[in-house]
Amino acid sequence: MSILINKDSKILVQGITGRSGLFHTQQCRDYGSKIVAGVTPGRGGIHIEGIPVFNTVAEAVHYTHATVSMIFVPPPAAADAILEACDAGLDLAVCITEGIPIRDMVLARRYQEESRTRLVGPNCPGVITPGECKVGIMPGYIHRKGKIGVVSRSGTLTYEAVKQLTDSGLGQSTGVGIGGDPIIGMKFIDVLQLFNEDPDTEGVFMIGEIGGGAEEEAAFWIRDNMKKPVAAFIAGVTAPPGKRMGHAGAIITGGKGKAEDKIRTLEECGVTVATSPTRMGEAMLTALGGKG
Amino acid sequence: MNIHEYQAKEILNAYGIPVPRGRVALTSDQVERACKEMGGRCVIKAQIYAGGRGKAGGVKLVHVPEQAQEFGKELFGKRLVTPQTGPEGLKVRRILVEEAVDIAREFYLSITLDRETSRYCLIASAEGGVDIEEVARKSPEKIHLFAIDPYTGLRPYQARKIALALGLTGSVCEDCVELILNLYRCCLEKDCQLVEINPLVVTKAGWLLAMDAKFTFDDNAVFRHREYPDMVDYSQLDPLEINAGKYDLAYIKLKGNIGCMVNGAGLAMATLDVLKEFGGEPANFLDVGGGATREKVAEAFKIILEDCDAKGVFVNIFGGIMRCDIIAQGIIEAAGEVKCILPIVVRMDGSKVEEGKKLLLDSGLNVQCADNLGDGAARIVKMLG
Repeated sequence: MSILINKDSKILVQGITGRSGLFHTQQCRDYGSKIVAGVTPGRGGIHIEGIPVFNTVAEAVHYTHATVSMIFVPPPAAADAILEACDAGLDLAVCITEGIPIRDMVLARRYQEESRTRLVGPNCPGVITPGECKVGIMPGYIHRKGKIGVVSRSGTLTYEAVKQLTDSGLGQSTGVGIGGDPIIGMKFIDVLQLFNEDPDTEGVFMIGEIGGGAEEEAAFWIRDNMKKPVAAFIAGVTAPPGKRMGHAGAIITGGKGKAEDKIRTLEECGVTVATSPTRMGEAMLTALGGKG
Repeated sequence: MNIHEYQAKEILNAYGIPVPRGRVALTSDQVERACKEMGGRCVIKAQIYAGGRGKAGGVKLVHVPEQAQEFGKELFGKRLVTPQTGPEGLKVRRILVEEAVDIAREFYLSITLDRETSRYCLIASAEGGVDIEEVARKSPEKIHLFAIDPYTGLRPYQARKIALALGLTGSVCEDCVELILNLYRCCLEKDCQLVEINPLVVTKAGWLLAMDAKFTFDDNAVFRHREYPDMVDYSQLDPLEINAGKYDLAYIKLKGNIGCMVNGAGLAMATLDVLKEFGGEPANFLDVGGGATREKVAEAFKIILEDCDAKGVFVNIFGGIMRCDIIAQGIIEAAGEVKCILPIVVRMDGSKVEEGKKLLLDSGLNVQCADNLGDGAARIVKMLG
């Protein structure tokens, strides 16, 4: 078992005719993902790499019964692509696109929240169930099938963490990159909840960063609900303060955002926090040993 | 993306939000003339990309044009150091000269994105003109927050609740409702991440005025606003950061001597953390983007080497799908072009790692290849010993 995607997931790609859309479609297919359709407005009717292309998501769903979308649409139209995926009633939309304007995402997120579609991203590496299915841009070869769920706000730092897990002999059930944008679909808690219920996930590794209060929220949820051991790493202990966080932004989260605060809260909630980015695999082993 | 106070006020004015009468001056003679025009008594405000100017001596009330000129002379070219600027401060090149206003009451008003609700959020407080974060920490009950539903937008009755909560009554209250609605319209149309009026004042004569304003535009929306790049005052930015921006690289200058190039912000932060853990001090934060390309790697390398504080370079690229031999070529080309003699440690991961390492080791550069993150950090710290 796994969460969100597996070997039977039927995937369509929005923005399949773009350069990176096509490249990663090929990469995902080579990994074993079932890519059944592409969507590019105005290009409906053609085939690309043997994959049928449609003008709309609804049409693609009608003919191929796809339930998952991977979105590579450029920023000006990406929020519209998310809305279209939700409107077509998909189970899951994974938006890889980086650089979507805030105003567009506020609206897309509002619509998505009331739809049946789960959103991962935007600005994320995607979702992978090792050995079965990859919907994203992460390198497949660092992953290994196993029992650890991975959830992360980061991109390449997730690869580092996964590699350390694999090197420590810990395979992964599913890896979810939720993205680092201020507005995202699934948050830490949404993913943790799925891992908690997944019989084949035995522990979770969580990767956070400075800024916002998402890690703290997750920590409290873990303390109150999580039945499985959790290890974590928070990047940015030594980062200079205030470069990205606006004044008013910091108020809303009650002055939260510092790495030390996040680490302390996580530890208080029973999470094993890696003291260095070189010891992420170790921290997971410790967490499993402690509770397993 | 930030703009100056006077630019923010021009935008507010265009949205029907009253601001004090003012002029921007580029010389102390212009400061004097503007002061005369305002009738003598006026406020001189240094324009820099940072708050906390008042305490740093960047704002002054003057009474006669000569005094204004003198203060102008003193300010132009001076580096103002505030808690938001860093120790080197920011140079004053523009001065705003504004009519002096008799203030009865001061408020705080802003609209910004709330990550928790994924909505724009209106923030108001009757404690204006002060550090709002301080207010939020000490007396959160004095802060009024309201998340705006994008389906309905901000409604007049909602704005009225805020105006009443600030203690406004009568016609000033209705003026404030209109001002809040205009501010929301402005925030959306101008694609802002933050619009802040602090303080918003009621004058003794009973008028609302935006006395100070701060705008941060959403960098992701610049494509919809062709005028934005021209509004940037490049004198307020670090030249290396400007250069990095041109190539879409995120660069922040730091105090140490180890130049860093990493792909991805999270991994870049983790790399700084690990360098410090091994006793090193990073000279910069540099994110070449998750999918590092050869061109970006080459540009990033040049930017790091232009910083004379960098005595060595640590490259940490987790390419994944990106081929390491291509990244290695980018490094070799860039290092050759700028005649780099500094020690370099490269940690790469991705396809064709061995080919990439071989290229680097055969290149004649003073380079070592690391097997993993910890090994890389240890090596560069040792090389700079």
